[in-house]
Amino acid sequence: MDQRKCECGHANPVGTLLCESCGRPLEQELTAQTGEAAQVGQAAFPDMRYEGMARRSQTYTNTLIDRVWNTFSSVKVAIGIIIVILIASAIGTIFPQQQYIPVPVPTEADVARFYSETYGTLGQIYYALGFHNMYSSWWFVTLLVALGTSLVICSLDRVIPLYKALNKPRVNQHVSFLKGQKLYGEAELSAETQPGAVADKAAEALRKKGYRIFRDGDALMAEKGRFSRWGPYINHIGLIIFLIGVLMRNIPGFYLDQFVWVREGQTVAVPDTPYYVKNVAYHTEYWSEEEMPQKLDLNGGAIPKKFQTDAILYLNKNADLPGAKPELIEVKRGPIVVNHPMIYEDLSLVQSGVQEMQLGALNFVLIDRQAGGKPVGPIKLDLYEPNPELQVGDGIKVRVLEYFPDFIMGPDNKPATKTNLPNNPMFALEVISEKDNVREKMVYLRGTIITQKADSRYTLEIKMPDLIDISGLMVRIDKAVPVIYFGAIIFMIGVVMGFFWQHRRIWVQFHEGRLLLAGHTNKNWYGLRREMQTLIEQTELPIALEDRSKA
Amino acid sequence: MGVWTFMDKSNRTYIRVAVLGVLLVALVFAVYSSFVKDPNAVKVGRDAPNFSLEQLNGASITLSDLRGKGVVLNFWGTWCGPCKQEMPALQKQYEAYKDKGLVVVGVNIGESPITVEPFVKQFGVTFPILLDRESQITKLYRIGPIPTTFFIDPDGEVKEIFVGQLNEDMIAQKVAKILP
Repeated sequence: MDQRKCECGHANPVGTLLCESCGRPLEQELTAQTGEAAQVGQAAFPDMRYEGMARRSQTYTNTLIDRVWNTFSSVKVAIGIIIVILIASAIGTIFPQQQYIPVPVPTEADVARFYSETYGTLGQIYYALGFHNMYSSWWFVTLLVALGTSLVICSLDRVIPLYKALNKPRVNQHVSFLKGQKLYGEAELSAETQPGAVADKAAEALRKKGYRIFRDGDALMAEKGRFSRWGPYINHIGLIIFLIGVLMRNIPGFYLDQFVWVREGQTVAVPDTPYYVKNVAYHTEYWSEEEMPQKLDLNGGAIPKKFQTDAILYLNKNADLPGAKPELIEVKRGPIVVNHPMIYEDLSLVQSGVQEMQLGALNFVLIDRQAGGKPVGPIKLDLYEPNPELQVGDGIKVRVLEYFPDFIMGPDNKPATKTNLPNNPMFALEVISEKDNVREKMVYLRGTIITQKADSRYTLEIKMPDLIDISGLMVRIDKAVPVIYFGAIIFMIGVVMGFFWQHRRIWVQFHEGRLLLAGHTNKNWYGLRREMQTLIEQTELPIALEDRSKA
Repeated sequence: MGVWTFMDKSNRTYIRVAVLGVLLVALVFAVYSSFVKDPNAVKVGRDAPNFSLEQLNGASITLSDLRGKGVVLNFWGTWCGPCKQEMPALQKQYEAYKDKGLVVVGVNIGESPITVEPFVKQFGVTFPILLDRESQITKLYRIGPIPTTFFIDPDGEVKEIFVGQLNEDMIAQKVAKILP
């Protein structure tokens, strides 16, 4: 049987707690059999949260679809999912996630070794269970989607019956409905009192308080703040939009998180984009002592004020073929300062690292010993783009024979380089003077010049090297940000609606020569009680409010 | 009495199927994305991303121009010991198979020609060496530890990716799979 008939004749769907038409508690007849009708009826008055409407999902479990639906419709299941997510998220913070391992782990075996060697058996288990990549694991993602599903279905199943119920104001309810309310009072009416006049007076008083009045003969229901009932559903919609935004980051081209080091003067490709960025200059600005509100003992140190890269962003018209000679068009130029990224269309370049005072080029002066230590000319050896041959003076040139940017003596006793970075540059040079027919070899290493012959004609005088700053820029594209913010704003609106307003209803009805007064609100019972007391004073009726609210 | 109350059973089922269907699509998409963390990663069975780089002392080479030949793409640096040790093996296998349609291409990671040239001469390398000065192609191919070697068939498809030092037998065995 799909329906349940109320005494008033209204057919309610199965699962209804309060008759949709007259408000009589429908389960009362069941409980009444076991005890005193009135008492049990009062004690068992249903929760008003969903207006006593039937949630259909609780009653239909015919098909698989219905069963799945009903599972997700349960708040208990929702809370279960939230708890599992909370526990999992917490476990994910016990040991670092793979991306935060502080040492290089190039292969999967290195990752495994890191966990077992650093954290022992627990680390081994952690790794074996895949907790080192928890937040992007399929099961964690599944849990998040399950939470989203639960949000959608729980909301749908509750908001629709609630909307139906509230859309049809409960005027002229059954006495048991009024008596079941937490705020209730009644009074004998004297013979000369006209119920209509009392109702009019009450209506006027409540209207002044901002209530909307619904009347059916002498019965009236005053209501305000109904919209606050939608608050929780609106904030759930906000959450769902938020989750959709997070999911959208997985659409190709929507999200990019990269990092690029650019040394001063260098133009490099921005990874995974058709852009190039040039570091024109980098500088750190420090607070001067006059700017400080009080004298600080910095022990000769300084406090940085600003980390700034002056940059130019180019679009590569020839980006279809990576590595091919780029065809650059300037699209933007300006400073990149911490918290003030360079933004071009969806791309942001964020100042987020620096290596200051790095070797950029070595400077020397070629000295002619035979001419009494006469300087022949300057030599600049760029450590990133060394010129193979330099013209120094008239008819004199210097050739770079070998260059090891990060010199080390190899296991075969041959010079080698440890990395491709100029941390410890070593140069083998040849000075060629054509007019005097001199060829001499020399080596620069660790601030010293070693000439091939002790009495060589030429030598080098070491000058101050060029020091450059290498700026680290974070490269970000996040097209889902507007969606995420939109979801967050909707969420906030919902929270404010639900928190700062209350849905208050006051019933005034007449029954067998008595006036019945009842009130219901979803929160702030104190406020409602005060408004009802004012109403009692204004209508000058001897009503004592029974207060069964815990508030 | 609203539509909801008297909505018939089939209607209810349709709505539920539709809502659950949309959510299922979201689930599939989310789980798929969690498995494919880097959609641009170079993988066995996929086409090797095309690129063009200048040769040490030579013209540019574009990968797609090598279609029709088996390509061994080796990423290396002079600072890397195993790269040094496998160079002679690569050179030997290149000599053995170059007439059968094999090209060995070495991609040097971010070093200047002055550093690369003596190294190449020392090992008598005759196969093309490309200079990835800004490490752009190294990033494109998501190179972690080196040496890393890609075996690409005549259709441009990656057949195998090997991280670590190769010896002659290993190269010969892998090259057999990519010869035209």
